[in-house]
Amino acid sequence: MQQKLFDIGTVFWRDWVVLKRRLAKFLVSRMVAPLLYLVAFGWGLGRSISVDGGSYLDFIVPGILALNSMNISFNSITPVHAERVYHKSLEEYVSAPIWPDAFVIGKLLAALLRALLSSAIICALAFAFGARLTLSPLFLLVLALNCIIFAEIGFVAAMKINTFEEMGQVNTYILLPMSFLCGTFFHTAALPSLVRLIIDALPLTHTSYLLRALGSGQEASALSLFVLFFYCLVLYAFCVRFFRRLSD
Amino acid sequence: MIEVRNLIKRFPHRGKDGKQTEKTAVDGISFSVKKGEIFGLLGPNGAGKTTTIRMMTMQTRPTAGEILYEGLSTREEPQRVKELLGIVPQHINFDQDLTVGENMELHARLYHMGALERKKRIAELLDYVELSDVVNDGVRRLSGGMKRRLLIMRALIHHPRILFLDEPTVALDPQVRRRIWDMVQSLAKGGVTVFLTTHYIEEAEALCDRVAILAKGRLLDLDTPANLREKTNLPSLEEVFLQMTEKQSAAKAI
Repeated sequence: MQQKLFDIGTVFWRDWVVLKRRLAKFLVSRMVAPLLYLVAFGWGLGRSISVDGGSYLDFIVPGILALNSMNISFNSITPVHAERVYHKSLEEYVSAPIWPDAFVIGKLLAALLRALLSSAIICALAFAFGARLTLSPLFLLVLALNCIIFAEIGFVAAMKINTFEEMGQVNTYILLPMSFLCGTFFHTAALPSLVRLIIDALPLTHTSYLLRALGSGQEASALSLFVLFFYCLVLYAFCVRFFRRLSD
Repeated sequence: MIEVRNLIKRFPHRGKDGKQTEKTAVDGISFSVKKGEIFGLLGPNGAGKTTTIRMMTMQTRPTAGEILYEGLSTREEPQRVKELLGIVPQHINFDQDLTVGENMELHARLYHMGALERKKRIAELLDYVELSDVVNDGVRRLSGGMKRRLLIMRALIHHPRILFLDEPTVALDPQVRRRIWDMVQSLAKGGVTVFLTTHYIEEAEALCDRVAILAKGRLLDLDTPANLREKTNLPSLEEVFLQMTEKQSAAKAI
């Protein structure tokens, strides 16, 4: 067990070294998109809109947290694709006597750290803009689950896709539609029932539901929590399987 | 020390007619390597050298066959076997986001070395190849020769008992090549078993105790360079190599 933790620590250490060197740039760059969302949708468009009797800013902050943590965690893990396909530096891990799952867990934890740092910046900005948001341990757990799910999707893509162009298509065909349709900027109730059926099967929708409910002090939906845990575990199994199959 | 038995590797392949089929890269090779020996695997491009080395270093699973190191099977005891091996790949595969020192440190951590031991060993190895001054530089900034030396040092951090060198001197100038040869010879004298692939015949002749000649995935012969010359009555290993691989091509064509 101690050796497995050491192996996870080694994989995480590598990403931490890289992040530490670029921390200031990372933090500043992570402020840009949420700041624009908050100005445009919170101050600009949001002043004239009221949702469920509250401000649009309060409505949108959980959505921004959900979509931002999705993007950051996915994009944090995609350099693994270049390491596998172009630099071949993944061979170092494949030929080393480490626990294979340690590579997956270490990379997921590093992506989680980046996404949580970015989420902390959004929360700070949202509070500065006057948003009301209740932070609780369950709220953080949901956020962390969302980060892990999308880091896992990024990992699976990095293991299976062979070109940069196709990696970009994951963003275009999967992340971008989810960013707008999964209850981030508006209620999914506004969508046609068939579209809603699909949207309700996606993890980001449940993250948006949960963060919005928990952020406003309401109870969490057990079904949404189950969906997130389900995605998290199934995708983890795929990550491990695909990493192990690198040596086939 | 190393036992390779009837090793086969087939890859999925799309034929000329567009149908999915299989291509045999390594076709049932068997050999053994003794402790402290410098063993060379010679062959033209596409002979199956790199595939053989990738199977032996557990980066690719064999389709069939068995590989044993000190009696340990790669299939049954992969983690224990990996600890015995040092691998110098044909291509430069450093982590481009890390410095020279960090690349070395990552490798040492992956082989479970403690903090003090890591620090001492990395300093010692970088000093040995005169790379101590660039320890905090990014690996992208190193010259080709420096990268090659660093690759070998990285593979040696954890004191491997078997060192794999896949085309270690490809595209290097004669001075750097000679330094790498000296390094390999001194490692073998220290008891490290060296498994080398190359298509530089003079390199194999200068370094290897025994040479295996591989063509189209098949082992054509295995002996000392002197015995190979004697058997074929040819003056140099290069001529032996050319004769054997050409014969193989002609046989295939017929």
